Amino acid sequence: MGAFLDNYLPSWLAYTLAALVHIFLLLNLIAVGALVFIWLERKISGRIQDRLGPTRVGGKFGWLQTLADGLKLITKEDLMPVGADALLFRAAPYVSFAASVTAFMAIPFAGGAYPWVAQRLNTGVFFVIAVIGLEVFGVILAGYSSASKWSLFGAMREAAQVVSYEVPLGMCAVVPVLLAGSMDLVVIGDQQAGWFTNWFLFNDPATFITFWVYFTCATASVNRAPFDLAEAESELVAGFHTEYSGLRWSFFFMAEYGSMLSVSLLASILFLGGWHGPIPVASMLGLTYENGAVAGYLGNLLGCVNILLKGVLGVSVMMWVRWTLPRLRIDQVMTTCLKYCTPIAAAMFLGAIMWQYYLPHRNFFGLLPANESAYAVHEGWADQEGISSAGAVNMVEAADDSRGGLAVEGAGSAALLFDPATPSTSHVASAERGG
Amino acid sequence: MEPIYWPSFFFYLFAILACGFAVAVLLSANIVRMAFYLVLSLAATSGLFFLAGQEFIGAMQLLIYVGGTLVLLVFGVMLTSQERFVSMKTMSGDWFIGLMAGGALLSLLAAAAFSVPQWGSPDRAAVENLPVQKTAAPIAMGLLGARVDQPGPDEPQRGVMSGYLLHFEIVSVHLLVVLVGAAYLARAKRKTAPAPGV
Repeated sequence: MGAFLDNYLPSWLAYTLAALVHIFLLLNLIAVGALVFIWLERKISGRIQDRLGPTRVGGKFGWLQTLADGLKLITKEDLMPVGADALLFRAAPYVSFAASVTAFMAIPFAGGAYPWVAQRLNTGVFFVIAVIGLEVFGVILAGYSSASKWSLFGAMREAAQVVSYEVPLGMCAVVPVLLAGSMDLVVIGDQQAGWFTNWFLFNDPATFITFWVYFTCATASVNRAPFDLAEAESELVAGFHTEYSGLRWSFFFMAEYGSMLSVSLLASILFLGGWHGPIPVASMLGLTYENGAVAGYLGNLLGCVNILLKGVLGVSVMMWVRWTLPRLRIDQVMTTCLKYCTPIAAAMFLGAIMWQYYLPHRNFFGLLPANESAYAVHEGWADQEGISSAGAVNMVEAADDSRGGLAVEGAGSAALLFDPATPSTSHVASAERGG
Repeated sequence: MEPIYWPSFFFYLFAILACGFAVAVLLSANIVRMAFYLVLSLAATSGLFFLAGQEFIGAMQLLIYVGGTLVLLVFGVMLTSQERFVSMKTMSGDWFIGLMAGGALLSLLAAAAFSVPQWGSPDRAAVENLPVQKTAAPIAMGLLGARVDQPGPDEPQRGVMSGYLLHFEIVSVHLLVVLVGAAYLARAKRKTAPAPGV
């Protein structure tokens, strides 16, 4: 978008405008998302506990309840304990929230030739996982600077939990990367185009199990029940945010709901086809860029709605789990991670490799032949045989973009990784054939 | 007026942030604030990597340094910091020794950096004509033992181009030794019961 505006406006204005539009959309997604999710959480918890939940504010279903909550929070006094470290105490909520927002920068909402993503990175998966892990830093700062033993205990637990859950989470995310042959989230999503049989979730039994391990670890890493040890009400008052009030407190919650959405979106891109639905409605209706820009835009819009629905579904499942299962003890949390999730993730990683080795070019548990474009990228003949996968096409355009603009704006694709057209990797290929 | 060259602008922005917070680490007396400033400094450094188009290394910097190490650092600091370590006052003698050691290293590195002509600021037109290759594949292949950015193994100088596999393995074995050592030192020491009949 920046490169597009650059044709009409002075360079600095074009890129600033593009950045502002992206950040405006993403902030609104998180803020409105939090608004909806808090209401949804109240409704779901109410129904699970055989209550009605909010019913009055805003007429039917109490759908304005969160807005009323927000007004209440804004008018609350901003308190700080006497012994607190003022700078860190004030900064902590923003650190959490900034990490949560930054993760959305690299998450695409639609793919194809013109993906909807604020900043396309050729190592998108890696970036998102790295940034999601940073949110814990705000929690640790909050826990330490509050000068309260409850906060400190909460922060300690959170640090221990997140550090250990990063390991299986990363291992699970590697499996779709392995199948796609790329760390670019746009390429990973586009390789699952078509019917739901192409989803990596159904690729083989190993990926099917990996998805559930990923979801467990994601729940733990965003600090949701049954893993919400850091804010265990029954033991630690409110954990790391005991001393916070008003708007600062709500920033922690915006960050939490934002992270829930981002891990769910990541799950849907990695395993659930991202913007490609269970039924390929967009391509059935001819809404692709081959039929003109408007059709392509509508197709992308449909894909965006699709992935957001999957994300909301993931968040709802997290809520369902929260109000169903009791909270684990800290030693049980560690056991789940180190004795179950990590070994299972490692075994499934190996299983996915073996499956790919013995049953290549098949998907849906080996029952159906896979799309040619899905493996053309990582086998390196995407351009040679005239089968141009979306990723390979994009990469060239993105490379052209980055020439004119800032170095930061450029976004390549890991599809380049195994492209035999570039002289660099051809040596390796020849070495493999020779040796 | 010459238009601002934006990559340079952002380079200076991130560089000033990184250096500024690094100085703040030195000047701060509170150990947790030091850790906080160190995180910001390292994050600004990862911004430099993103600016250079090396997203993989930037994300690596975020994950390993900013994420992993500093969570552990803050964790360790919070667990171990006793009263006299929470707020540290540097004595003037320590300042002198620190400046000597740090200054010597800084001058050595700066002299080395500016003495290599290839590392000087290149011609901008030449830079813009460089082929854009945004991939971490050469590094990864180098770690696996094949230098794809250099002449291939059929070339006569095969021994030179064997990649970084050996170094990589040495570092990983070293890290393993450190892990085993840490586990050994940190293990719960069980009192051995005296043998019966003694």
